[in-house]
Amino acid sequence: MTAPAIWIGFPLAVAALALLIPNERVNAALGGVAAVLLSAIALFIPFDSALLIGPFSVKIASSFQILGRSLVLDPANGALLAILYGLAALWFFGSEAAGVARRLVPLGLGVLALMVASIAVEPFLFAAIFIEIAALVSIPLITPPGQAPGRGVMRFLIYQTLAMPFILFAGWMLEGVESSPGDLALTLQAATMLGMGFAFLLAVFPLYNWMPMLAEEASPFVVGFLFWCLPTITIIFGLGFLDRYAWLRSSPVMADTLQLTGVLMVVTGGIWTAFQRHLGRIMAYAAVVETGYIILALSVQPASNAIQIIFLSLIPRGLGLAIWALSLTLLSRKADSLRFTSVQGLARALPLASLGVVLANFSAAGFPLLAGFPPRLALWEGLAGDSVLTAFWLSIGVLGLLTGAVRSMAVLVMASEYTEWGWGETWVQRIMLGVGILGLFILGVFPQAVRPLLEGLPLIFNRLGQ
Amino acid sequence: MDATLFSWIAVGALLLASPLLMIMRDWRWVLGLLAVVYLAAFILVSRHWPLGMAVVKLVTGWMGIAALGMTRLSLAPPEAEKGAFLVEGSFFRLFGAALALLIAVSGAAAIEKAIPGIGLPVIVGGLALIGTGLFQLGMTFDVLRVVVGLLVVLSGFEVIYAVVETSILVAALLSAANLGLALAGSYLFLRSSPAAEEVEESL
Repeated sequence: MTAPAIWIGFPLAVAALALLIPNERVNAALGGVAAVLLSAIALFIPFDSALLIGPFSVKIASSFQILGRSLVLDPANGALLAILYGLAALWFFGSEAAGVARRLVPLGLGVLALMVASIAVEPFLFAAIFIEIAALVSIPLITPPGQAPGRGVMRFLIYQTLAMPFILFAGWMLEGVESSPGDLALTLQAATMLGMGFAFLLAVFPLYNWMPMLAEEASPFVVGFLFWCLPTITIIFGLGFLDRYAWLRSSPVMADTLQLTGVLMVVTGGIWTAFQRHLGRIMAYAAVVETGYIILALSVQPASNAIQIIFLSLIPRGLGLAIWALSLTLLSRKADSLRFTSVQGLARALPLASLGVVLANFSAAGFPLLAGFPPRLALWEGLAGDSVLTAFWLSIGVLGLLTGAVRSMAVLVMASEYTEWGWGETWVQRIMLGVGILGLFILGVFPQAVRPLLEGLPLIFNRLGQ
Repeated sequence: MDATLFSWIAVGALLLASPLLMIMRDWRWVLGLLAVVYLAAFILVSRHWPLGMAVVKLVTGWMGIAALGMTRLSLAPPEAEKGAFLVEGSFFRLFGAALALLIAVSGAAAIEKAIPGIGLPVIVGGLALIGTGLFQLGMTFDVLRVVVGLLVVLSGFEVIYAVVETSILVAALLSAANLGLALAGSYLFLRSSPAAEEVEESL
């Protein structure tokens, strides 16, 4: 048995099976249980060493050969796989409450498996093709039957597809840079190509316009899933480049570029968040800001601190987006759209969903006691030591997110005086949201609770993690 | 006949087909020209890849075209498509394509210096496809044209990338990406058609 077969092949098989199942509840249970199982195996069963189960000896080999190349998931990847599939389980279980299980479970599992393949493939720069295929698989997810594709979908398709050639070319050029490190022109060309590729993939300023468009056009839950899954694993792929190429890692120009890019994303995303009148678009811009935080974290020195901050934000980002997306889905079912005029006063009909939207937004802003606070605090500390100006710009973005949260809250509670309070959510929805909100507080107050999971993550990278 | 001559003939076909792709209104012409693009790209790729691997690109490309064509065939023609032969703004599009081709031809020598042994036809053909494809992407949100634009850009990229990467896995994955793009395009095409909505309503 090999690790790629378990964490790539098995989910793809389950995804194919889920396509045949018409029942929402069975689909959600199948996807959720499969993801929990994969997370538990990653957490508890060691790779590359024999495990005795009764009379049987089981060994998970880390490598799988295919067409002369390898897919490798070594022991260091175990914790990452556990986190990814654990968070995916949240999305899949929640998909029934959101009413999108029939689409999200098969296609979402497929997307996740392909993204994991992008982490596993050797040489690692081929990951760009897996990411492209994952983006293509996600097209039916964001364009459900009965709905014409909007501009957001088309831009998503264009940008994700254009990223692949840039990264593949950059990978080839980087090999040239390795063999002749003194060639400054080639170095600059390779870095530019790489930057363009990641700008498309991560929806870096100003290429993020598809995100708010998509948030308006598609189901908030599936859009939230993509906002979580694609950038999170793409960042891991990007860290692979920094880990592999010392000149890239140590270049002051690269650090400055990352810092400027991150600041631009945080500031512009934050400001746009503050002025939106659509809850879905607010979530999209907040996702832009969160990606900006991660890019900004990459510029923190030393690199080992940057890695710690990035991994610290993995779980809060996933949990926050899941609650936010589920809450928005429930609100969108009750209202015609997620525009402020349509959702005004809905807090009295859907109190828990409204609370979910507001708390997830506050968490993204790094509000104390919520899950987003510890990673933001670590980032502020890391940046303030280096540049007070950068920390100031960061505060502008945070202020924008907080403004968006306060405006959302004001609109949601703005009901007429005589409107009755009620529980518009079903029991399953209440349990999902309640557990999620509790999780936001637990991660905010006791961030050390996830420390055992995060400890080994830097070991994925031989040089960055040291 | 000499392989270089074949390559230049392929480049000539590309230089002719890629601007025409942008101005033809009829989807049959568009897909037919795309088939020519794949054939020409195959000839250029086969200069650096074994014939068996290069054929995969051609077959995959044509399979994608077949998928798009069959999807389009199953839908009723939109009213606007029954009229003119060329799309609006054809002169502007041709002007843009000419600029892209000019850049491809003028930049080819510099790239040949950077990648020795690549061959001028491969660079001109690859850059011409990338340029015209990008220009097409910037001009429209029509599903078929966007997907064709992306396929053209990827073909141009693959023509050049084939020189530097000969891995079977990469060839297989790129073929999968091409086919996936065509299938995603077919799906979007189906969703964007009013006929598809009528079928869903009747179900």
